[in-house]
Amino acid sequence: MNFGKQLKEGLLTQNPVLVQVLGMCSTMAITTSIANGIGMGVSVLIILTASNIVISAIRKIVPDKIRIAMFIVVIAGFVTCVDLLLQAFVPAIAQSLGVFIPLIVVNCIILGRAESFSYKNGVGASFVDGICQGLGYTAVLLVMCFIRELLGAGTLAGFRIIPEQFPIGVLTLPVGGFLVLGFLIAAMQWALSKSKEGK
Amino acid sequence: MTDYKNLKLIATSSPHIRGSETTRGIMTDVIIAMLPALAYACINFGLRALTLTAVSVAGCIFFEWLYRRLMKRPQSIQDLSCVVTGMLLAFVCPVQIPYWMILIGDFFAIVLVKQLFGGIGKNFVNPALAGRAILLASYAGSMTSWVDPAVNKAAILGSNVDVVTAATPLAYMKGTDPVALAESFSNLTGTYSVSQMFLGQTGGSLGEVSALLLIIGGVYLIWRKVINWQTPVAYIGTVAVLTFLFPKAGSALDWMLYSIFGGGLMLGAFFMATDYATSPVTKKGQLVFGIGCGLFTVLIRYFGSYNEGVCYSIMVMNLFVALIDKYTKPTRFGIVKSEKEASAK
Repeated sequence: MNFGKQLKEGLLTQNPVLVQVLGMCSTMAITTSIANGIGMGVSVLIILTASNIVISAIRKIVPDKIRIAMFIVVIAGFVTCVDLLLQAFVPAIAQSLGVFIPLIVVNCIILGRAESFSYKNGVGASFVDGICQGLGYTAVLLVMCFIRELLGAGTLAGFRIIPEQFPIGVLTLPVGGFLVLGFLIAAMQWALSKSKEGK
Repeated sequence: MTDYKNLKLIATSSPHIRGSETTRGIMTDVIIAMLPALAYACINFGLRALTLTAVSVAGCIFFEWLYRRLMKRPQSIQDLSCVVTGMLLAFVCPVQIPYWMILIGDFFAIVLVKQLFGGIGKNFVNPALAGRAILLASYAGSMTSWVDPAVNKAAILGSNVDVVTAATPLAYMKGTDPVALAESFSNLTGTYSVSQMFLGQTGGSLGEVSALLLIIGGVYLIWRKVINWQTPVAYIGTVAVLTFLFPKAGSALDWMLYSIFGGGLMLGAFFMATDYATSPVTKKGQLVFGIGCGLFTVLIRYFGSYNEGVCYSIMVMNLFVALIDKYTKPTRFGIVKSEKEASAK
């Protein structure tokens, strides 16, 4: 398997958020501060990689008809682990992410990769795919967090950059999430079409 | 003898008869109609009303120019629609908000709401109202502290004198407790007479206070056939009827008059609900649109958490325009009812 190609797909051409448009709920909801973004991104990265490996390993003994249920069981197991670990070691982040950590169970990115990739490919490739797609998701979260936290709250990772009276508060509201995501998707499409033209 | 050999036959497709109306001409009329209210705002709130409006207009022109230039599109600032947006946005803001704040509103109105959707005629809600909604969500404090015009007549250009803020008439008319509401409403009727409300000697957004001058501007627009009477009359009429039938305090007539002269109803009804791109095409549709705006305005004022519902009610109805247009489509010429029913089957 070609690691470079998979990485490029995960980050750019098949980016889970900006191109496949999956995992919208968490992307909108938690990208209000960098800390949240890192917490969520890393959680999804770990769960995605782990569940990809397991699902790929058991793909030959799982009957086709009940595969979705099996995916959910595997994913839910890892989500519970990560949820408990976050609560134990970084309670502040667990608090601010709230219900969105348990909701990773039904995150479309993880289910989507299980169905479309790891159920059809070997363990090694699935492991790489998990990491690449997870990195793609985390990267988009961080960009969104950066924009929304800087312009919406005037801080970066908690440090005040813009004086308190100036920030455009609407960007930290759900409206701002949709606006920023719309801009990023547009920029991504523009960049992809440019690079296609270049070839 | 006609020289047939050199006679040229020019074939063009219809339409062959063109009106002399241009976007620029219409927008000029709208600007003229807003000038009395602007002049009155300067008298009421001091010269800062003029500078704030000028900054807002300049910001809108700049953002529109910049966007069209960066996107390599033909320039559109000469159609003056961005000037109207800039003036309207300033009109719906309190007079003492900082200049940078209104520039942020300009940016959202012009770039996000208007240009990203394709420029003039393609915006899905009124740009000025969207700009105000975004400012209100971001800077609720500045956007809801109102200058008391009686105290601030002396405030001069650029000076940083402490402004005395006053509640708008609508703030007195808000509340769920009937006893407290009756008391605050009688305070209001004691402070401002109906004629003061009509003339605009009250606190409020820059351009919304004088019902009289806004009506004059609106009548000018109707006379110039820039807008139809359907939308504003249906809008104001609905609010009047509903507030007369369901007064929350005082006498029904008082409550109705203070409801329609207070807040941004006149400004919204004549200048915002009638925006071409975001209002229905047919006159029947415009009636429906106006009634819907009035209904939502009263609902927000009565049951919502905001004092004023004009801004949001127009934006909500903007989103229904496509639907209204679909159901008020006129029958094509030559189609009789039986044929229509037959074709429906």
